[in-house]
Amino acid sequence: MAEKVLMKGNEALAEAAIQCGCKHYFGYPITPQTEIAAYMSKRLPKEGGVFLQAESEVAAINMVLGATAAGVRSMTSSSSPGVSLKSEGVSYIAGSDLPALIINVQRGGPGLGGIQPSQSDYWQATKALGHGDFQMFVLAPSTIQEMVDFVPLAFEVGEKYRVPSMILSDGMLGQMMEPVEFPEKKDTAIAEKPWATNGHQNKRPKNIVNSLYIEPEVLENLVKERYERYEKIKAEEQRAEEFMTEDAEIVIVAFGASSRVARSAIKTAREEGIKVGMVRPITLWPFPEKAIEKTIPTAKKYLCVEMNMGQMVDDVRLVVNGRKPVEFFGRTGGVIPTPAEVLDQIRALAGKEM
Amino acid sequence: MSKTLNVLLAGFGGQGILFAGKTIAYSGLMDNKEISWLPSYGPEMRGGTCNCSVVISEESIGSPLVTQPDVLIAMNLPSLDKFVDAVVPGGTILVDSSMISKKVERTDVNVYYIDATKIADERGLKGCAIIILVGKMFKEVGFCTKEALDKGIQKVIPAKKAAMLGLNQEALKIGMES
Repeated sequence: MAEKVLMKGNEALAEAAIQCGCKHYFGYPITPQTEIAAYMSKRLPKEGGVFLQAESEVAAINMVLGATAAGVRSMTSSSSPGVSLKSEGVSYIAGSDLPALIINVQRGGPGLGGIQPSQSDYWQATKALGHGDFQMFVLAPSTIQEMVDFVPLAFEVGEKYRVPSMILSDGMLGQMMEPVEFPEKKDTAIAEKPWATNGHQNKRPKNIVNSLYIEPEVLENLVKERYERYEKIKAEEQRAEEFMTEDAEIVIVAFGASSRVARSAIKTAREEGIKVGMVRPITLWPFPEKAIEKTIPTAKKYLCVEMNMGQMVDDVRLVVNGRKPVEFFGRTGGVIPTPAEVLDQIRALAGKEM
Repeated sequence: MSKTLNVLLAGFGGQGILFAGKTIAYSGLMDNKEISWLPSYGPEMRGGTCNCSVVISEESIGSPLVTQPDVLIAMNLPSLDKFVDAVVPGGTILVDSSMISKKVERTDVNVYYIDATKIADERGLKGCAIIILVGKMFKEVGFCTKEALDKGIQKVIPAKKAAMLGLNQEALKIGMES
C-alpha cells in the first residue's frame, strides 16, 4: 500500500487527474479552487501535458470541448461564479455527446457571493448547467480520499456514456487537508473513442463534432437517443453510502461537507438512544433513489441537511412522494453548520414524534 | 487524550499558524490517527487574523471546523478575545504572553502563559514562537507520542528548507521544558 500523505483537497484532486491520464487542463483562477490550477501548472508540463490559463472561464471550457473532441482526457475547474460562465460551453459539450470533467469547488452565492464553502450550486449541477435538455454525471465527494477516488470514476462513466461529468466539491473540501492514499499506478484503460476528431488519415470517414441541428425531427431523435443513455445511467450508476440506516426512524439525507457535520451529530444522537441514520448521496445525478427507497420501511421522518436554502430536499421529496414528512435544515452564504445545530434538529424531530 | 482532540490555532498571518497546525496534524498522522487540517482562507490572511482548525481522532472525523476547541493556541489579543469563550470547560489555552498582556478570566480552563515570541527572538529562533507553544502543548496535553512528534516535524519541513529543521526542533524542546 502506498504511504498516506497529507494533502489539500484541491491538490489531491489535481494529482489524481494527472495519475489517471488527464494531460489537458484549461482553467482560470478563482478562490477557493485556485490550487487546482496552480498544481496543474507545476506538474503538467513535466508530464508532457498541457496546462493553459485561458483568458476567461468561457475560453477555458471551449478549449476543453476542443481537446475532448480530439479524444484526450481533458478537464477544467472553477468555483461557483466561474462555473456559471462555463455554462454555455458545458451545454455545447453535452449537445456534442462529449465526455469532459468539470470541477466546481463551490462558494457562497448568488452573484460574486462570498468565498466561504457552500452547496448552493446543487440545482445548477443536477438540473441545468446550461440550456437545453441535458444532464451531467455529478459526483459529490465528502473526504479528500474521495476527491482522489472520484476523478477516474468521473472520467470512466463520462466516456462510457459520452456525457460531461462534474465533481461538485466545496471550499471546505478544497482547502482542508486529510491523509490520502493514491492508488497504485496502473496503465489506465481509456475507452476507445471511434468518434474522436483526431485525423482520419484517409482510412475512415471523417468524424464531425457538432451540436447544431436545424431540422426539429432530427434534433428530437438525437435528444431522445441521449435520454435513453440517461435512463441507463439512472439504472446503473446510482451511488450512495448508507450510514446506520438499518433501524433508522429519522433518516438524514446529506452530501459532501454537510454530510460530515451530520455524521458527527448522528453519532452523538445514537449515544442518546435516538434511532437516526443517514443516506449520503455520492452521485447527485443520477440521484440515488434506490438508497432512499430502502429506508422507507423504518423511516418516520426525513431531514435534509444542506449548505444552502434547500435544494436537494426537492429530490428527496420526489422519492419519498408524500409517504413521510421531509424536513430541511441548512445554513447558507458560506456558513458551515455545526454538529450541535444538527443534533438539536435531530432531538427536536425525535421529541416531536417518538 | 480522549477519542477526539480539537485544536484551534489563531493569530496574525505570518506567525506560522498554518505551519504549526500542519506540525500537529503530521505528528498525529505518524501515530496513525485520523487527522484533519482546515485553514481560514481568503483576504483575512493578508496581514489580518489567521486561524487553523486541527482535529486528531481515533475515529473518522466529521466536521473539520473546530468551533469548541479542547486546545486553543492564541498568538494575539484579537484571537484570544474571539475564541476564549469557545474553549470547552476543562480545556487548555496556551497564550503567547509576549503578544498578549491580558490574563484569561475564566477559571474552568487550564491556561499557560509562555513568553514565546521574546524567547524565540533571544535564542535566534525568530518566527518559531508558535512552535515553542506546540512544544508546551505536547507537554501538557500529550496529543501524540514523542516519536510521532519527532517524525512529524521532519515531515512538515520540506527538503529544500532543511536548515529550518534544527531551529524548529530547538523551539519544540524549549516548549517542552518550560
